[in-house]
Amino acid sequence: MAVKNVYGKLKSLEEAVAVISDDCRLMYGGFGGVGTSPLLIDAIFNKGVRRLTLIGNDAGFPQVGVGRLVCNGQVSRMITTHIGSNPVAGKMMNEGAMEIEFSPQGTLAERIRAGGAGVGGILLDVGLETVVARGKPTVIFEDREWLIESPLRADVALVYAAKADPFGNLVYDKSARNFNPLVATAADITIVHAEELVELGGLDPEEIVTPGVYVDMIVTGKGGEWTWAWE
Amino acid sequence: MGLGIKEKMARRAAAELRHGDIVNLGIGLPTLVADFIDPEKQVILHSENGFLGMGGTPEKGEEDPNLINAGGFPVTLARGGCYFDSLASFAIIRGGKLDVTILGALQVSGRGDLANWIVPGQRVPGMGGGMDLALKAKKTIVLTTHCAKDGSPKIVKECTLPLTAAGCVKLIITDLAVMEVTPEGLLLLEKDDSVSLEELREKTGAPLILPPQRT
Repeated sequence: MAVKNVYGKLKSLEEAVAVISDDCRLMYGGFGGVGTSPLLIDAIFNKGVRRLTLIGNDAGFPQVGVGRLVCNGQVSRMITTHIGSNPVAGKMMNEGAMEIEFSPQGTLAERIRAGGAGVGGILLDVGLETVVARGKPTVIFEDREWLIESPLRADVALVYAAKADPFGNLVYDKSARNFNPLVATAADITIVHAEELVELGGLDPEEIVTPGVYVDMIVTGKGGEWTWAWE
Repeated sequence: MGLGIKEKMARRAAAELRHGDIVNLGIGLPTLVADFIDPEKQVILHSENGFLGMGGTPEKGEEDPNLINAGGFPVTLARGGCYFDSLASFAIIRGGKLDVTILGALQVSGRGDLANWIVPGQRVPGMGGGMDLALKAKKTIVLTTHCAKDGSPKIVKECTLPLTAAGCVKLIITDLAVMEVTPEGLLLLEKDDSVSLEELREKTGAPLILPPQRT
């Protein structure tokens, strides 16, 4: 029996990707593609939108995660921590075809949290005395030097969850959680691909990781699944 | 480098870990260390993509695509393990709860500066969690070959590659030596029998201090 669309958040894949256009600033969950939605990536790939800015942990692998979009020439800029598993991304960076802003992983997480939580900036010592600090303000606060890092927000966030209810309360699966709960909070429109949809009340309130208040659209279904490097 | 040498290095690094340590192992050679940790030590492995209590490699056919280590390979969760998001994962690191990290290196200076994330214009992988780990673990150990593939020293007076973190390395373990970073410089703790002290000094770009002779 179909789950009731109580809040109007249950959408078709077409309705969801309609909000993603050229020049869109996209945030995504995932670590080496684990926790990135194959369905949403496939739909963006097929839609062929261009000049995307991607904000997330890494560039995936050439055929896995956001790596598919990078290799398809759809990405002009990334704010990320690591592109080593996608040689095409490294080549594009060295040739000037894609701009990369490297952010340390913990710093990226805090910047996204700040963007989602209405925090105007954060003080961190990670990155001091490195190229990460270049062009950024520093401050002496309580007798220590800190780097001031800016918050990050996006137009659209892509979230991959194990379970969702119609309000968008979310539960994740193992290491597929990673950046998903963070990016869910920091975009104007948050799209969730849920492996399983349950009725309102179908999730234990104590196990919910992302409160549904952050979620705008929920899609389900199969498609775009990739083969993992280890397979 | 033969498997025997890698194993010897991994064993030596594993011997540094103490009972109950919370440990993060970097990608590459450091990942091997997991195989040589004495189970009696109850060491807990932290995986920065979101869990504490990383277990061994699953049997073939038993892999879970959602349970992967930071290097992208299937792992298991040890008893008592738990999952969390990237925010919590790095709060654990920056907040001072990580006892040891073992990382690879492109260059390490005699002062403990580490460069291991980029060769501008050539290899551009990115720092991942390396900067957070190197700077904020209570003890950062570098596990690396003593020299690069072209024979040039990886242990240098000053790093010429972009830094991961300044002054973060406490101990350097290589195929030829074990060295402690001290305020006076690199203290040679152990030397492999395959090299003479003179050869080791030639292969090391920073001055080595010998421990005081025991009487």
